[in-house]
Amino acid sequence: MPDEPLIHARGLVKRFGEFTAVDGIDVDVHRGEAFGFLGPNGAGKSSTMRMIGCVSPPTGGMLRILGLDPVRDGPQIRGRLGVCPQQDSLDPELTVTENITVYARYFGIPRRVARERAAELLEFVQLDERANDKVEPLSGGMKRRLTIARALVNEPELVLLDEPTTGLDPQARHLVWERLFRLRQRGVTLVLTTHYMDEAEQLCDRLVVMDRGKIVAEGSPRELIERHSTREVLELRFGEDALEIYTGKLAGIGERVEVLPDRILVYATDGDAAAKAVHDRQLSPSSVLVRRSSLEDVFLHLTGRTLVED
Amino acid sequence: MVTTLALPRLIARTQGSAGRIGAVTARDLAAVRHSGYWLVVISGFFEPVLYLMSIGVGVGGLVGDFTLADGSVVSYAAFVAPAMLAASAMNGAMAEATFNFFAKMKWVKLYDAMVATPLRPFEIALGELGWALIRGSLYSVAFLVLMVALGLTTAAWAVAALFASLLVGFAFGGVGMAISTLVRTWQDFDYIMVVQFGLFLFSGTFAPVESYPPVMRVIVEVTPLYQAVELIRDLTTGRLSWGSLGHAAYLVVVAVIGLAVAARRMNRILCK
Repeated sequence: MPDEPLIHARGLVKRFGEFTAVDGIDVDVHRGEAFGFLGPNGAGKSSTMRMIGCVSPPTGGMLRILGLDPVRDGPQIRGRLGVCPQQDSLDPELTVTENITVYARYFGIPRRVARERAAELLEFVQLDERANDKVEPLSGGMKRRLTIARALVNEPELVLLDEPTTGLDPQARHLVWERLFRLRQRGVTLVLTTHYMDEAEQLCDRLVVMDRGKIVAEGSPRELIERHSTREVLELRFGEDALEIYTGKLAGIGERVEVLPDRILVYATDGDAAAKAVHDRQLSPSSVLVRRSSLEDVFLHLTGRTLVED
Repeated sequence: MVTTLALPRLIARTQGSAGRIGAVTARDLAAVRHSGYWLVVISGFFEPVLYLMSIGVGVGGLVGDFTLADGSVVSYAAFVAPAMLAASAMNGAMAEATFNFFAKMKWVKLYDAMVATPLRPFEIALGELGWALIRGSLYSVAFLVLMVALGLTTAAWAVAALFASLLVGFAFGGVGMAISTLVRTWQDFDYIMVVQFGLFLFSGTFAPVESYPPVMRVIVEVTPLYQAVELIRDLTTGRLSWGSLGHAAYLVVVAVIGLAVAARRMNRILCK
């Protein structure tokens, strides 16, 4: 029992009519981990999260949460989960504090304990000064932090965060990250979905890359980069030129070349050496950038597409 | 072993469930303290009073006393008042169960947050109904006090009528929620209002159903407000019969079916 995973999925499937949102995934999440589902919109991350949160029955495969069956033991499991949904679902008719204390009652937490925890949690998410305000005037970042505080009121063993920083400005994102990092340090098991590679890199010990309902890779951010990308990436831009013509001209430089609509990525162990090789071939890019490989590159390599499509 | 454990577990589950239902009602009580919602709630009291005064007492002066189907004679106001009580129990419950319930479910997404907790859809429905009944019973108590003061019923029968009006609220609350889970747009609520007003006018409220043409009488007699009016009128005029029990049973069945449909549909909508 002690080593039993908190989440155990085998061949998990979710269909909505003809559409298959999750197409047979295997996942194990262990206690104390920070685990991520990385993938673009529509990859099946949220559907997976809803199944894990026991609000969406699986169509097929097997799923155990905390060793229990989510269909039969839903209320019991949900009592031990903390859920921060993608869209804020705060109660606009209640104050900031009430949003936590009233929610606590849904878990059967006594009023007095609820009040104590609300005060602690509001301090934790730095909203104690807004305790008696209504929810509506709060900024997006504050609302998200309140939603996180609310998700923690039952002292959950497992916290599910669906796109915790989507739609937030950079400063607000960093505040949320910092709080999640603190939670991780306390040993809370975190499961999050994201389409931001920097978020996955910052917060996750281990992650799976999802694409079209399937898991295409699994590992720690570092492992994934080592396995599916090179150490460095050379980014080249050539002004307004059509980039396809450079494919041949760059052949042989680095290990692999990816042509994107606006730039060319040359995957190489040594980016500077690759840049020199480009120069030696009399090519004159309008801009040259050498950077470290990221999960974005992993995703691009695995799926042939970028993560954030616009 | 399994059988000996089953009962305590069932009791524990039921207790947990009751607590969660209460928590949903408590949420509504917390919400009503804020904003101008109190005024809306209080305004609901005046409608039946205005009808009672204008029609029951006003028109009643022209109609005079009134002979019921069983031969007993009551004042017209005493005939109309229980119908107003039943209608206000219906309106109070429907206001919460249709418009507010729909807004919370589809617009505010309140229940999406609730189903992520141990709460189950039928517990949410029952908790919401709890608040609807509290709201409805406030109107009923005030109206019954007025009826006793005007000599339209006795205090003892008024207490019985209060419980009956709770049952009426329960039945219409269940039906209202069931309808709300099927409604797609706000415009559909206009139809609900029209039906409600039709029921209000023709459920033996202002004239006994015996005076209607036979076909219409049959139609009226199968609708829930007629059953509610008859039940409450039997109580406030002190003429209980086996028929009264039939009316009560009808309302219980309607409440149970309404809640079952509502819970099923909520499950479908919230737990896709």
